[in-house]
Amino acid sequence: MKNENKKNKRSESDVVSYDKKEKWVYTENVKDHFFNPRNFLTTDMEGKFKYNALGMVGSPACGDMMKIWLLVDEKTEKIKDAKWQTFGCASAIASTSMLSVMLLENGGMKVEDALKIKPQDIMERLGGLPNRKIHCSVLGDKALQSAINDFFRRTGQNDRIKVEGKKVIDKVLNVTDKDIEEAVLEGADTFEKLQKKTKVGTGDPVCIPEAEQLLRFYKEKYFG
Amino acid sequence: MKTTKEVYLDNAATTKTDPKVLEAMLPYFSEHYGNPSSMYKLGHESKMVIDEAREEIAKILGGVRPDEILFTSGGTESDNLAILGSARKNKEKKNHIITSKIEHHAVLHPCEKLEKEGFEVTYLPVDKYGLVNPKDVKNALRKDTVLVSIMYANNEIGTIEPISEIAEVIKNFKKENKTQFPYFHTDACQAAGYLNLNINDLGVDMLTLNGSKIYGPKGIGILYLKTGVKIEPLVYGGGQEKNLRSGTENIAGIVGLTKALKLADEKKEEETERLLKLGKKLKEEILKTIPKTFLNGHPEKRLPNNINITILDIEGEALILHLDQYGIYTSTGSACTSHSLDPSHVILAIGLPYEAAHGSLRFALGRYTTEEDIDYVLEKLPGVVENLRKISPTKIDMSKLKL
Repeated sequence: MKNENKKNKRSESDVVSYDKKEKWVYTENVKDHFFNPRNFLTTDMEGKFKYNALGMVGSPACGDMMKIWLLVDEKTEKIKDAKWQTFGCASAIASTSMLSVMLLENGGMKVEDALKIKPQDIMERLGGLPNRKIHCSVLGDKALQSAINDFFRRTGQNDRIKVEGKKVIDKVLNVTDKDIEEAVLEGADTFEKLQKKTKVGTGDPVCIPEAEQLLRFYKEKYFG
Repeated sequence: MKTTKEVYLDNAATTKTDPKVLEAMLPYFSEHYGNPSSMYKLGHESKMVIDEAREEIAKILGGVRPDEILFTSGGTESDNLAILGSARKNKEKKNHIITSKIEHHAVLHPCEKLEKEGFEVTYLPVDKYGLVNPKDVKNALRKDTVLVSIMYANNEIGTIEPISEIAEVIKNFKKENKTQFPYFHTDACQAAGYLNLNINDLGVDMLTLNGSKIYGPKGIGILYLKTGVKIEPLVYGGGQEKNLRSGTENIAGIVGLTKALKLADEKKEEETERLLKLGKKLKEEILKTIPKTFLNGHPEKRLPNNINITILDIEGEALILHLDQYGIYTSTGSACTSHSLDPSHVILAIGLPYEAAHGSLRFALGRYTTEEDIDYVLEKLPGVVENLRKISPTKIDMSKLKL
């Protein structure tokens, strides 16, 4: 742990966006997991890895895609092995790598504990991520959820499958709480920006107070 | 893994100041520091230096009038001055602007600002190579068009736009309608040092250049402004630069920019030939040795120093950080390096599908690029790509992409 903290000191700006609007820094820990990723599954080994849970989120079109394989002990429900593949930027790769380390620590995490991992927990272990990169750790969390759901499906425990509930906020334009969460993660920090991204409230103005509340909620959740 | 070798292939972002340029600038900090507006000898000397600089630049631009050269703080200010200045000055009569979808933000953002001020802006599309069609300009021209602004060469994909053909279209429109509008502006920041800068050949009314792209200093630029073209200033004060750009002149910068432009102009043919050869090797070897790669931009009508390649199944930022470990400096149009999480507007405008838009890699070669540098990139790049592809779940079928 001590070592990890030392690594978490931020260095100078590593990446400057091409539109020059923003620059961000990666902690030494992010860089370590990016340059030396742990527990990944190379494409040529894909058929050879034994697993009983597979989860995937994202798509190449949206710029991030993650795949997680788990080998779960059916009796103890401990995660005995975890592998992953990620298409994405440095923080996406580092987040999945760190997540896999967390799952395998101390002889493997139990699935019910794994389900409690929050994006912030991954970020904390990485020593933080630049604000606009937080969605990368959210994706890791979602890929894990999808893998564990797959485990429940394969072991006939359908009642334990957790489906991400969406709640429609703007009933006219069908804008959901997930859309609002996404928009906040993509940088909408005012209602004006949120509305520009999601159009929430332009169809059904009655929902504006609720949308504003969700904006505050997700802002606090991800940006403190 | 960290190496001491440095291969700088981001010369479209900025360039290293040429030692000869720096040497020329140095006396203008603590020896000849006079304010050109002052009456005494020290001030007068400064004025003379600026006058000479204007004359030299006017010559390089094909023999225009020296007083048509305005000094600004750089390419961004010149673009802003040309666009905001000409639109606002003529807003009583005209309120339409034509530009393209692949312009630099220094052009696009002032245009967006003008939209908020009540102007209408037409953003012309480009073809898959990034070319603006002069016919599209012709069709977009209106009686209330005040300005057309099309870049000379694109900073991301290197495509060279048909500036003189567009100028011809505008000239004919003016003749037919017996009007002096629209003005024609071009951002030539990327073109300087490689392409013809003769104003008469180009047929433009305004042209932007800056120091930092041509091995000169940062913080200095020029706007060529044809006599008779009416613009209003962005900066008010002591009335320097014909009342169009107030502020004590940046003499060291002006001297540096002039020297840099002169050197770039002298080396133009030689550098074009040299970089075309190096770029060709880089491009051909990458396309040959790394599967699922393709060139962005036009195969021939492109800047000799620009190679922009898409590498499928991996993401640009990850690629750049790995290359950085080897001391190779490049850039990407990937979404992950942008503010909006959208891929670059240029990459999207040439119609690249979203799944292919995240892995574009730009090599901008330059004056200090050697064949050894290119060989070094060709030695390191395939391994980096292979490692990232190994951990990527994405497997795009290139034959199914609509390119």
